[in-house]
Amino acid sequence: MSRMSWGILGRTLLGRLGGMLAVLSLVSVLVFLLTRLAAGDPMAMLLGDQASLADIALARERYGLDQPLLAQFVLWLGEVLKGNLGQSIFLQTPVTQVLLDRAEPTAWLAIFSVSLAMLIGVPCGIASAVWRGRWIDQCVSTLAMLGASMPSFWMGLLVIQLLAVGAGWFPVSGYGEPGAGWLTRLHHLLLPSLVLGTLNSALIIRFTRASMLDILGEDYIRTARSKGLTESTVVLKHALRNALVPILTVLGLTLALMIGGAVVTETVFNLPGLGNLVVRAVLRRDYPVIQGALLVIAGIYVIINFTIDVLYVFVDPRVRHG
Amino acid sequence: MAEWRLLLKTLFARRVVLIALVLLALMLLMAAISQWVLPHDPMAMKVSQRLRAPNWNHWSGTDELGRDITSRIFYGARYSLAIGAGTALLAAFFGTLLGLLAGFFKHLDAPLMRCVDAMMAFPDILLGIALVSILGASPTNVVLALTIVYTPRVARVVRASTLVIRELPYVEAARAVGVSTPRLLSVHILPNLMSPILVQLSFIFAYALLAEAGLSFLGVGVGAEIPTWGTMVAASTQYADRAFWTLFFPGMAIVLTALSLQILGDGVRDLLDPRLKGMQ
Repeated sequence: MSRMSWGILGRTLLGRLGGMLAVLSLVSVLVFLLTRLAAGDPMAMLLGDQASLADIALARERYGLDQPLLAQFVLWLGEVLKGNLGQSIFLQTPVTQVLLDRAEPTAWLAIFSVSLAMLIGVPCGIASAVWRGRWIDQCVSTLAMLGASMPSFWMGLLVIQLLAVGAGWFPVSGYGEPGAGWLTRLHHLLLPSLVLGTLNSALIIRFTRASMLDILGEDYIRTARSKGLTESTVVLKHALRNALVPILTVLGLTLALMIGGAVVTETVFNLPGLGNLVVRAVLRRDYPVIQGALLVIAGIYVIINFTIDVLYVFVDPRVRHG
Repeated sequence: MAEWRLLLKTLFARRVVLIALVLLALMLLMAAISQWVLPHDPMAMKVSQRLRAPNWNHWSGTDELGRDITSRIFYGARYSLAIGAGTALLAAFFGTLLGLLAGFFKHLDAPLMRCVDAMMAFPDILLGIALVSILGASPTNVVLALTIVYTPRVARVVRASTLVIRELPYVEAARAVGVSTPRLLSVHILPNLMSPILVQLSFIFAYALLAEAGLSFLGVGVGAEIPTWGTMVAASTQYADRAFWTLFFPGMAIVLTALSLQILGDGVRDLLDPRLKGMQ
C-alpha cells in the first residue's frame, strides 16, 4: 500500500473513532437523563419509609444529588469510567457485580442464536437470490416475513407448550441448578436459542438475498460464467465472497436485535441473564441497575458496530481508498 | 381514474398483497364496529364457562374467567391497532421532520445523526420498557415511548432519501428561480419522500404492534385490565398447558396483522419504487 492510502486509511479510522466516541458520550447522556427523569426521589426509595426528610437531605448531599444536573452528570460519568456503576437498591450489591453475574447465559444465548440465524439465513438467502422469483424464493421470502411478524414471546410460549410440556424433550424454564454441568446448561439454552435464532434469521435472509442479487448482476460474474465455470463455482466461490462483506454489517444489527430479543426470551424461559435482570429491575424500579444495564448494552452495541466498521475498511478496498 | 386503476392493478398483481389488504380492512372494520356486533360481551365473566375449548358458541374458546376469546380479540383490536397506528403516524411525522432537516442542512446533519445513532444503540424493547417504566403504564405512554423508539428509524431513512433528492437538477432549478427554503422542502422535496415514508409507516405499524404486545407481556405495557392482544397472551401463560387456545388465538391475531402490514409495506415499495424490489 502506498503512503497516500495509508494516510486515507488513518484519517478514515480516526473519523470512525471520533464518531463512535461522540455516539458513546450521547448514549451516556441519554442513560443519565432517562433515569433522572424518572418519577420519585431515588433517595427516598433507597432509605425506605422510615427515613425523615433530614435523612433524605443528608443522603442527597452525600450522593451529590443536591448539585446542578451538569455537575451530577460529571460526577456520575467519572465513577462510570472508573468501572463503578453504583449500588443496586434491591440487591444491595454493586451493579457491576450484578451485571457480571448475569452475563454468562446472555452471552451464550446470543452466540448460539446468531450462529443459528446465520446457518439458516445465509443459505436461504443465497437460494432465494439464485432462484429469484421461483417457488423457492417465494417460500423463503414468505417465511422470512412470517419470522419478522411473530412476537418472540409467543413463539417461545408455543415451543414450550409443544416441545417442553407436550413432548418433554426440553426443560420448561430456568438454567439448571446453581453449579450444574455445562451439558445441563446447554440443554436449557437450546429452546431459547432456537426461538431467537429462527426469528432473527429473517433479517439475514433479506440482507443476503439483496446482497447476492447485487453481486450476481456484476460484469465479473458474467465473465466467470462465460469462462465456462460451473454455476455452483460462480455462486459459491466468486459471488458469495463479495456478498459476504455487506452481510458483516447485518451481523452487528442482528446482535443488537438479539440483546433486545433476549429481554423477552429470557423472561419467557426464565433464564437468569441480563434481559431478565433488566425486566425485574424495571418492575422493582431499581434505577441503578436499569441505568447500568442500559449503558452496558448500548455500549456493547456501539463498540460492535465500530469494530465492524473498521473491519469493513480492511475488507473492502473501495472504502480504504476513499 | 385510469391512473388509479393502473396503480391498483400493479399493487394487486401479487395476490398476497390483496389478501393482506382485505385482512387488514376486516380487522379494522371489526375493531370499529365491535361495540355492536360482537357475539358476546368481551368483559362478561361466566365462571361456569371458564376455559372452554373452541366450540360453536365460542369459536376460539373462553379464557380463565369464562370470557369469549373471539369477542375479546376483536374488542382488543381497537387498543392494539390504535397503539400501532398512533405510534406509526407520530414516528413518521417526527422522523420525517428530523430526516428532512438532517438531509437538507449540511451543518445539522452530523449532530442530528449522531443523536439518532445513539438512540438506535438501545434495542427497541429495552428502550421501550425503560421509557414506559419512567412514564408509567398506560396506552398513551406506550404510544409516546414507542414513538421515541421508532422516530430515529424513520429519520435515518428520510435523511438518506433527502440527500439524494437534494442533488437532483429540479431542486437546483427551483432554487435558481428563487423558491424559498421552507417551500422548497414542503412542496418540492417532501412529495418525493412519500414512498419511503409510506413504506416506513406500514413497517413501523407492524413493529409497534409487536412491541406493544411485548411490553404488555413483560408487564410494563398498557396495564393488565385493558384487553390488548399482548395482555391476552400474557394472561394465558398460566393456563396454556390446559387451554392451548387461550395462548394460540390472540397470538395468531398479532401474527396475521403484523404479517399483513409487512406484506402491504412490501407491495407499496415495489409499486412506488420498482428498483428497490426485494430490499430491506
